[in-house]
Amino acid sequence: MSDLNRLTITAARDLLRKGETTSEEITVSCLSAIESAAHLNAVVHQTRDLAIRQARDADSRIRSGRAPSMCGMPIGVKDLFCTRNVASQAGSAILDDFIPEYESTVTAKLFEAGAVMVGKLNMDEFAMGSSNETSIYGNVVNPWKSNDDGPDLTPGGSSGGSAAAVAADLCIAATGTDTGGSIRQPAAFTGITGIKPTYGRCSRWGIIAFASSLDQAGPMTKSVRDAAIMLESMCGHDSKDSTSADLPVPCFEYMLTGDIRGKVIGVPREYRMDGMPDEIESLWRDGMDMLKNAGADIRDISLPHARYALPAYYVIAPAEASSNLARYDGVRYGRRSRLDKGEGITEMYEKTRAEGFGAEVKRRIMIGTYVLSAGYYDAYYNRARKVRTLIKSDFDAAFSEGVDSILTPTTPSAAFELGRNAHDPVEMYLNDIFTVTVNLAGLPAISIPAGLNRHGLPLGLQLIGRPWEEGDLLNTAHALENAVGFVAKPHKWW
Amino acid sequence: MSINAKQAAKVAKLARIHVERSELPALAEDFNAILDFIEQLGEVDVENAEPMTSVTPMRLKRRDDKVTDGGRQGEILSNAPDAREGFFAVPKVVE
Repeated sequence: MSDLNRLTITAARDLLRKGETTSEEITVSCLSAIESAAHLNAVVHQTRDLAIRQARDADSRIRSGRAPSMCGMPIGVKDLFCTRNVASQAGSAILDDFIPEYESTVTAKLFEAGAVMVGKLNMDEFAMGSSNETSIYGNVVNPWKSNDDGPDLTPGGSSGGSAAAVAADLCIAATGTDTGGSIRQPAAFTGITGIKPTYGRCSRWGIIAFASSLDQAGPMTKSVRDAAIMLESMCGHDSKDSTSADLPVPCFEYMLTGDIRGKVIGVPREYRMDGMPDEIESLWRDGMDMLKNAGADIRDISLPHARYALPAYYVIAPAEASSNLARYDGVRYGRRSRLDKGEGITEMYEKTRAEGFGAEVKRRIMIGTYVLSAGYYDAYYNRARKVRTLIKSDFDAAFSEGVDSILTPTTPSAAFELGRNAHDPVEMYLNDIFTVTVNLAGLPAISIPAGLNRHGLPLGLQLIGRPWEEGDLLNTAHALENAVGFVAKPHKWW
Repeated sequence: MSINAKQAAKVAKLARIHVERSELPALAEDFNAILDFIEQLGEVDVENAEPMTSVTPMRLKRRDDKVTDGGRQGEILSNAPDAREGFFAVPKVVE
């Protein structure tokens, strides 16, 4: 069978259970797709031997007839996840040669379920970026282009390697993480599905920290059903993460009935921004019509503080990053700079961090240091945390008035040219304008591909759900996915 | 509020990141662009809002205060840039 790498989790599961293919065959197909996709620069550490070993183990489990849904699925893992004995450096030079002695909880759960790791995936350094241009491994290239001679486009970020790898069929699915939109924005830019669950659903243990009160892991897949299957195997309580929720994880896949009759879908009026491109506006309107035709009730809602989400995020996330990244001091792991004669420990810290961190990471650490410093703590950090409370209460109010989920565009544009926003940090931050509110409020949200723009590039719609209601959210997304009928794929030019 | 090169140098020092003197003005400019953007938060009436401490209200779990892990010296030192005789080694700290 050819093109096994193009399978979804759902289709691969059927073939594996019927004995029509093996995990090893699918894995080999993904590994050769990776070999021929060097131009995309999505996979940064290949784990061929491990993958073949895991695939053979999965095949014997499948033959025994007691295999979970993820068993035998070749996946890519974002470089932010610590994976035992496999390089994990968060796209940063400061973690050169770092080989974890432990496995993150999320990858451990996926491996227990039988998933196969084909490699570690490129990302923005420490997940700080929206275009995958801050990585020490270099830019990731989006498999989508407006035409074959056109310029290379960004896959989005920070999970840009994960998005490009799934869109280009280098793996069946991938893990991502989302602090301000880092799963959903790249999913939208590459025509795939990505869900960020409720804060606390997935353990953060073993995921290299960026902003701890916002970071969540989630799956990046080729369909909503695949997202439901993979998310379920990533979730669950973990005593090693004190913010991990001790709640039962429902079977998300069983909740995909496609029936959303009577559901109330909120449309926030504050998201109608001045200068919103027509193609985004009409995509959004089409989404509303489709949900209405499926029997949902569309309701105009207000999230009055939504416009302050981005500035609040750019206080809170750097503040948390400055304290999380203080651990990179050249003492316990990672890189240490060479010292000149007479230099002591302070010079060691300062040189190590100057050489090891890239420009955007340094910028955010220093902004974080500034907003937490004496005299500015109240004016910036505490004010941002108060605004965060107000942003969350806007959502609480909408949900208490009966709204089940909220529909918005995922991004203000389609994928842009690599290099276009690289020199203006604030312009780059605007990419996350529709996604970042969700992280501040700790809510689950999903992006699904909803159409192509006039240049043939994918655009995404975002649905935001009630806390802990990922099942209901996935079901609404499934209904929208059915109505949209998105089947476009990038053709292989790379 | 606006940051000058001298203040930028202070922030870099606090963050333990070496910045060349010649790069300080550009860094200060970057900070100012970001701070201008953040300044919008001043428009919000936060009179009755508490600073958020936890996005999902939950009581932190407790456990018995006893040792549950340990004896991993080799694993802990395995990624150290300089480990000697079972310790992390650093340049001399005390004269």
